[in-house]
Amino acid sequence: MTDIPLGASGRMKRRDLVKALLADRGKLLAIGGLGAPAWDITAAGDVPENMPLWGGMGGAAMMGLGLALAQPDRPVAVITGDGEMLMGIGSLATIGVKQPRNLAIIVLDNEHYGETGMQETATRHGVDLATMAKGAGIADTRLVTQPEEVAALRAAIHAGAGPLFAQVKIDESSEPLVLPPREASILQARMREAILGKAAHLQ
Amino acid sequence: MPDAATDAARDWPDQIYALLKEHDIRQVALVPDAGHSRLIKRCLADNDMKVATLTTEEEGIAMLFGAWLGGEKGVLLMQSSGVGNCINMLSVPISHRTPCPMIVTMRGDYGEFNPFQVPMGNATQTVLEAMGTLVKRADAPEDVAPTVNATLRLAFNTYRPTATLIGQRVIGAKTFGK
Repeated sequence: MTDIPLGASGRMKRRDLVKALLADRGKLLAIGGLGAPAWDITAAGDVPENMPLWGGMGGAAMMGLGLALAQPDRPVAVITGDGEMLMGIGSLATIGVKQPRNLAIIVLDNEHYGETGMQETATRHGVDLATMAKGAGIADTRLVTQPEEVAALRAAIHAGAGPLFAQVKIDESSEPLVLPPREASILQARMREAILGKAAHLQ
Repeated sequence: MPDAATDAARDWPDQIYALLKEHDIRQVALVPDAGHSRLIKRCLADNDMKVATLTTEEEGIAMLFGAWLGGEKGVLLMQSSGVGNCINMLSVPISHRTPCPMIVTMRGDYGEFNPFQVPMGNATQTVLEAMGTLVKRADAPEDVAPTVNATLRLAFNTYRPTATLIGQRVIGAKTFGK
């Protein structure tokens, strides 16, 4: 996994990073936060075990908590952006109190609001999400900057020793759009069927 | 022998708890309200319920969506001021067509003392309905249980946000000693 290419900034390219995190994913369920992270998880494979979000900014981590509590035997990864995480930053406290062992929150931190014209986020100005997560009581908190660190992060997502929070510094360049279905009832129904079987539709 | 109305006046929080059990509610997301304090205690004492105290109410809308993805039913408890925090997040259960039942204790209603509670209290039903939520009010203790039951049934049978508003006449107004 050390072959994740670096962009012009010297930081990892987001698509390759997310593909590496979701490789050989087994029972992993992934929630992709509004915007580029939703396209990133879709580019890695538009599978039912993905929940790419078209809205609900600020809610990705809490969706991860509800899912992780409902499915304690499956690893759940919330892969979201720095702007999305900042909007729901209080949810780190909620999650820190509940301590779900199977939940990992991975923030793809390009220090910008990428969908709206690349305005700078607070992380551009030194706000340290990993330290905020640590302060919220999430013990396994990582700042990831090097491709060599990604294999260990992927392993930790699957290990069930969470909650885990990783702030991964990524290159700010945009990637081509890879869009999931836009009809959100399909997105939820296919994920529920993947988890619960056909009985999901009769609950 | 006490009549049904007298029982309800005392027991409506316990009746809500019984309904949560009957509907197999496993996740309870809440921002505390004095009107919900007895129900919250019952939920916290229940090992089959995962209770999350939120930092802001829209977290609960997101959490209930995640719970439903994983096959668990949840409910959001809050006071009327918190409804204002939920508005945009309601696009999640609306667009995904997923259940999102809310039980709201009213402020800014009958006999309110605090001016800051009035704007959101007065707008609660209008705002929820503007965001596609089916809203039912309970203004007498004996109406609470049937109304909450309807809110839970409509959410889980028809896949949408629903809300019961429990009026301040049921809860009693906070008077700050005045």
